[in-house]
Amino acid sequence: MSENVGIVIVSHSADVARGTALMVEQMVGREVPLGWCGGDPRGGLGTSVEAIMAAIDRAWSEKGVAILVDLGGAETNSEMAIEMLPESRRDRVVVCNAPVVEGAVMAATEAASGATLETVRRTAEELTPA
Amino acid sequence: MNKVRASVLMRHEVGLHARPSVKLTKLAKAFESRIDLGLSPDGPWVDAKSIVKVMATKAPKDSTIYFRAEGTDARAAVEALVTLVDGDFQDGR
Repeated sequence: MSENVGIVIVSHSADVARGTALMVEQMVGREVPLGWCGGDPRGGLGTSVEAIMAAIDRAWSEKGVAILVDLGGAETNSEMAIEMLPESRRDRVVVCNAPVVEGAVMAATEAASGATLETVRRTAEELTPA
Repeated sequence: MNKVRASVLMRHEVGLHARPSVKLTKLAKAFESRIDLGLSPDGPWVDAKSIVKVMATKAPKDSTIYFRAEGTDARAAVEALVTLVDGDFQDGR
């Protein structure tokens, strides 16, 4: 069980999600649990609640999971995925209001130091102009 | 409390861009002390543990990086950070 907050990347594009996850792994390292998903099951653009739930499961940490999303449906489906989680986990998953690639790298850098979920989210959201 | 200052010339090819910033921030976070980073001996200073602020300095190649630290492990922190920058960010992790 990792002691670090996990990071989940949700994009409409599987390539963007995979590429972002690679950037996190190579720039920050593997000490942060990581999950990603993107695209619809037929290979097109889109996001799916089931895939997001599976990604949360892969990145699960007792300290919680921060989700980075790209556009519209990625956010609403992520919120739906959180609602469908077991009650014991629901309160420990947040969607960050931050750009997906930059936010994922910033959040993972913070998470790697053992920061709390709230601190990880705040660091990712520092990027967003008020 | 210990207060320590040091500076180091950064020769890294791309300057304090994404990867070097991540390495520097991660290393800074390993210490208890408060650590600031600046591009001049008088600041302005940014929190060396803040990835967003460190990256935002956009320090180019051949910048001199100034560190100041305050806390029980301030000396070790500054030495480690200077070594990282001086070693071209090779040994960050």
